[in-house]
Parts: sequence; structure tokens; C-alpha cells
Amino acid sequence: MNRRHLMTGAIAGLAASTLPAAAQAAGIPVGAIEILTGPAAAYGIAIKAGLELALDTINQKGILGGQKIALTVEDSAGDKNQAINAARKLIGRDKAVLIIGPTLSNEMFAVGPVTNERKVPTIGTSTTATGITEIGPYIFRTSLPESDVVPVTFKKAQARGVKTVALMYANDDAFSKSGFDVMKAAAEKLGLKILTIETFGSKDTDFSAQLTKVKGLKPDAVTISALVEPVSGVLLQARQLGFGKETLFIGGNGSNSPKLGDIAGAAADGMIVGSPWFIAKPDPLNTAFVAAFKAKYNKDPDQFAAQAYDCMFIAAAAIERAGAADSEKITAALAKTSYTGVMGPFAFTAGRDPASSEGVVVLEMKGGKFGIAS
Amino acid sequence: MLAQQLVNGVLLGATYALFALGFTLIFGVLRVINLVYGFYFSAGAFMALFLTRQYGWPIVAALPVAAAGAGVLAIALDWVLLTRLRRVGAPELASLMVTLGAVLALYAASTALLGPDIRRLPPDLIGAEAMVIAGVRITAAQVLILVATAVLVGGLIALMRGTRLGLALRAMAENPDAAGLMGIDTGRLAALVSFISGALAGAGGVLIGLNFNAIHPYMGEAMMLRGFVVIIVGGLGDIRGALIAGLLLGIVEVLTAGYVASGLKEAVAFAILVAVLWTRPVGLFGRAVVRRA
Repeated sequence: MNRRHLMTGAIAGLAASTLPAAAQAAGIPVGAIEILTGPAAAYGIAIKAGLELALDTINQKGILGGQKIALTVEDSAGDKNQAINAARKLIGRDKAVLIIGPTLSNEMFAVGPVTNERKVPTIGTSTTATGITEIGPYIFRTSLPESDVVPVTFKKAQARGVKTVALMYANDDAFSKSGFDVMKAAAEKLGLKILTIETFGSKDTDFSAQLTKVKGLKPDAVTISALVEPVSGVLLQARQLGFGKETLFIGGNGSNSPKLGDIAGAAADGMIVGSPWFIAKPDPLNTAFVAAFKAKYNKDPDQFAAQAYDCMFIAAAAIERAGAADSEKITAALAKTSYTGVMGPFAFTAGRDPASSEGVVVLEMKGGKFGIAS
Repeated sequence: MLAQQLVNGVLLGATYALFALGFTLIFGVLRVINLVYGFYFSAGAFMALFLTRQYGWPIVAALPVAAAGAGVLAIALDWVLLTRLRRVGAPELASLMVTLGAVLALYAASTALLGPDIRRLPPDLIGAEAMVIAGVRITAAQVLILVATAVLVGGLIALMRGTRLGLALRAMAENPDAAGLMGIDTGRLAALVSFISGALAGAGGVLIGLNFNAIHPYMGEAMMLRGFVVIIVGGLGDIRGALIAGLLLGIVEVLTAGYVASGLKEAVAFAILVAVLWTRPVGLFGRAVVRRA
């Protein structure tokens, strides 16, 4: 490439970078960073669908005296560096006053420090790891961390008469280990007696030794913190070894997947799992959301779409209350959020985490499908 | 509980032995450490999955067909990967590296093609209900694994020790060049060994997939590490040794998890490998003299 080409290239680039900003002057610029391509794209695509569905309603009426929100969704592809670039692009090029996302907790740990430094409020809709909101005063999340969901599940078990538990978890995976820590703390807090703690590997197929030992101790409940594949394996083998209805199986976030029924089939029946949202939750707001989502996208919404849907409304309401498209004012308004959405009643704690776990639904496996536990 | 744990251990050990049989055979005769073996294991399971799911075949029909299919696949892949190495008399390390590269490529390609999801054979294929014998629970799939392991070990030993074909195979293992000069068609025998070991891997994949109810492209890789321990402890190329080492490993793992701590299961199993190699570098049952210096 010679110098002249270089110059024209630079000018073209300059023009391209200024044009969209001018075009977007019509709306209030809001950005989102989600995984739209690659193996984890399903999450980001669901989130984008939830955001856009909410936007249809919001923009019909308009906010701040009839203005529309101009949402720009950038793809992170699940890559931390690409997520940081997306954040810089959204702030620098689009002048976004608020950012939603990114999809994964580890992406947030990379993006959060950047947006926090630029003082742009950032709301995670699907980031459940501990420490997310400690990144800084501009980082919020609307997704319930597992430490809020698990105690609800355990209380349900206690109400059913569970007094003793055996804890099992995959010890070679950070997600499963942190879920186990939460379960252990919840069991201790509720005064459940822990009879034993058994570990296995995420790729193991044989759990017979651990299960035989657990069975000998006769616990009222067995909790499993692992991804859905090993959880299914544990359940299948537990049934072979004669675990029946007298033992309640309790899963964590990893078990909250329709794949549990696909892999474990009838062996998973009776397992209970806490979930921040459930498609068949009998609540008028929720049924209206599910119907609207189906009408627009011709498929069922999932938890990630529901979380994003609520988040978009929470963000729009904060901008409205702020009275101006100004990041500093929006951040202050966000902190005063009081909203009831498809996930249930919502407010932020002083630490910018969700304040209430009232919306948590305890699900139970029946005939290979999740339903609401009685 | 001890009785159940011992049965758990024997069953786990039988799956290890079943997996390792073909792996040790191919080393014993052809002197190659063939890591593609793990792929034949996955391939057998997937063929059975396809036949039972797509065409509703019963397991008695799907098992031999899937095993034979994996055997044919093994002939083709081994021929492509190993013929040249054998011709130039490449050292064992060369076969290890070539097959390592090939098996990783095959796992990745099959994952791209089939997806990483865990699949199950149809649930009504074999009764999942456990039988209770003297307080010990065992399922039909587990009985099938025990019987298959016993029959295959017996059959392989009879083949190697009691037939002219076995004699030819042993001659080839001893010295392929001399065997060739004696009129043994070593190329055809190599293909036969590939077929038998591939079929053993395929049958193992079906049975183990049936027992643990989890079939996915990387299932062979998960077994490979244990397969290595079994054939090294048992003595490379030693069929009876593989059986004993497999059972030993399974029982030790289960007893460690059941009575010591489940987190130490692997640590103890692999510590045994190190201890055996320290005291007996040719394996517990390996012959004292290493054939090739």
C-alpha cells in the first residue's frame, strides 16, 4: 500500500467513524455487548432478543419527552479483548450513556474496569459470579447471584422435612466449586446436618463409589453442584444403586437446564433446582412477556431473554428519572430503582446487586421436564 | 456396603480392562502405541447409537455390527497412518506422535460434525432396573460387561496361544522381518490386528456407553489415560496382565473414594503407576527381558 492509498484509507475511516454518531443524534445512545457468534452465541442472541422486545414497547411511547432509545449491540464473541474493544467503540463512537452486558462474568471482569473508569453505568444481565459489582460504583447487575438462589431451594427442601444432607460437587471446575461453597454455607446457615462431602471430576462417568458411601449414610437430601452432564451421570447411577423417592436430590445453577431431562430421563425425576425465572410462572406480566416473545421471534424465551427484557425497562426508567441522557445522572437514578418485572420485584442493594430473591422459583423435574415444585 | 463397593470396583475395573484389551494387543503385535484407538472406541459407540436410534435395532444386533464397523475403520486409518512408519522401521515414539496428532484431529472433526452434546442409547434398549443379589445391586448392562470382558480375554488368549494364526502373530511380534521370510504375509496380519483391536475398541465403546449412558465424541479420550495405566502396569502387550491390572485399578479407585476421600481417587491410582514402574519397569506381569534393547 503506498502513501496515497494510506491517506484515502484514513480519510474513509474518519468519515465512517463520524457518520453513525451523527445519524444517531436522533435517539438516546445505549450500548450492549453480547456474545453473538461462536459456541456461546445462544446466550447473547437470547439477550439481544429480550432487549429488543422491551425496546419495541419503550420506543412506542418514548422517554424524556418522546425521544427514542437507539440501541447498538456489539458482538464480543465471548472474547475478553473483543469485549473491551466493543466497550471502547460504544463509548467513543456511539457516545453511549449506558451499557448493558457483557454476557459472561469473566468478560465483565475485563470490561467493567474500562467502563467504570469512563463513568458509564454498566448493567450485567447474566453475570452471576461473586465480585462483579465490586469492580466499581458504575457497575450494576440485575442477575441474581447463586448465593441468592440456593438458599431459597434449600428452604424448600427444609420445609419438606430435610434435616441431613450429603454434598457432592465437581472439584475440577471453578463454576461447580463456587456453587458448592454457596451450598455449604446455605446448609450451615439453615442448620442442616452435613453428613459427608464427596467430590468427582467433571469428565468422570463412574460415581458408584461415592454414591454407595452416601447411600450408606442415609441422608435426607443429596446436593450436586456441577455442570448438567456430570449431574445427569450421578443421577443415572444413583437410581441404579437404589436411591429412591426417600432421598431428595437438589441441583444448583448447572442443573437448571432442559438437557437434564434429555440425558438423565426418568432418573432426574424429583430433583429440585432454584431458578430466577420460569417460563410457566403464573403471573400476568410473565405470561404477557412469553406471548409477545413468541409472537415476535416464533420461539420460547429463556431465562437470559427474560433477564434482559427486565433490564431494558429498568434502564429506560432510570434514564427517564434522570431527566437527561447523562451518564452521571442515570447512575444516580439507577441506584433508586424500584421495578416489578417478569422476574419479580426488583431493586438494587447499596452494592448495586439485586436486593430481593422473591422472584426465585423452585423447579422440580417430572417426566423429564421442569415444573414448579409443590 | 463393602460388598457393594467391591462389586463397584470389579465393574469399574472390568470397563478399564475391556477398554485396554485391543490397545495392548496392537502394541504387543505391531509394536505401535496407537492413540487413535480412543477414536475407535467413540466411533463404535456412535455407530451403535445410530443403528439403535435411527433403525430401532436391538442391542444384540447393533453391538456386533458396530464392533465390525469400528474394525473396518481401524484397518483404513491404521493403514494410512502407520504403513509408511512400519516400512521405514520408525521408532515407537514416531507412531506415538503421528497417532496423537491424528486422534486429536479426529476428535475435533467429529465434535464439529456431531456436536459436543452427551447422547444416550434408547432407554428401553436394556433393562435399567438393577437386580439385587445378597444386598448387592447390579444391572443387566454391568453383567454384560463382565461377561464380555471374560469372553474376550479368554478368546484372545486362546487365539494367541492355541491357533496357527496366533503362532503367526507371535512370530510377527518377535521379528517381523524373519516372519516375512518364513512366508507369513505380515501386511495382511497387520490389517487383521488392526481389525481385531478396532472391533474390541468399538465393542467396548458400545458396552461402556450403555453402562454409563453417556456417548460423546471425546469419550475415548477420557478412557485413554486409564487405558495407559492398565497396559503399562499390566505389561505392554500382555492380555492377561491388562485384565488383572484393570481390575486392580478399578478396585483401588473405588475403595479410595469409598473409604479414604473421593478427591484422592486419581492421585492414588496414578501413584500406583509410578510405584509399579519404579519397582518393575516392564510392568507387574511383564517379561523380564525387554525384547528390543
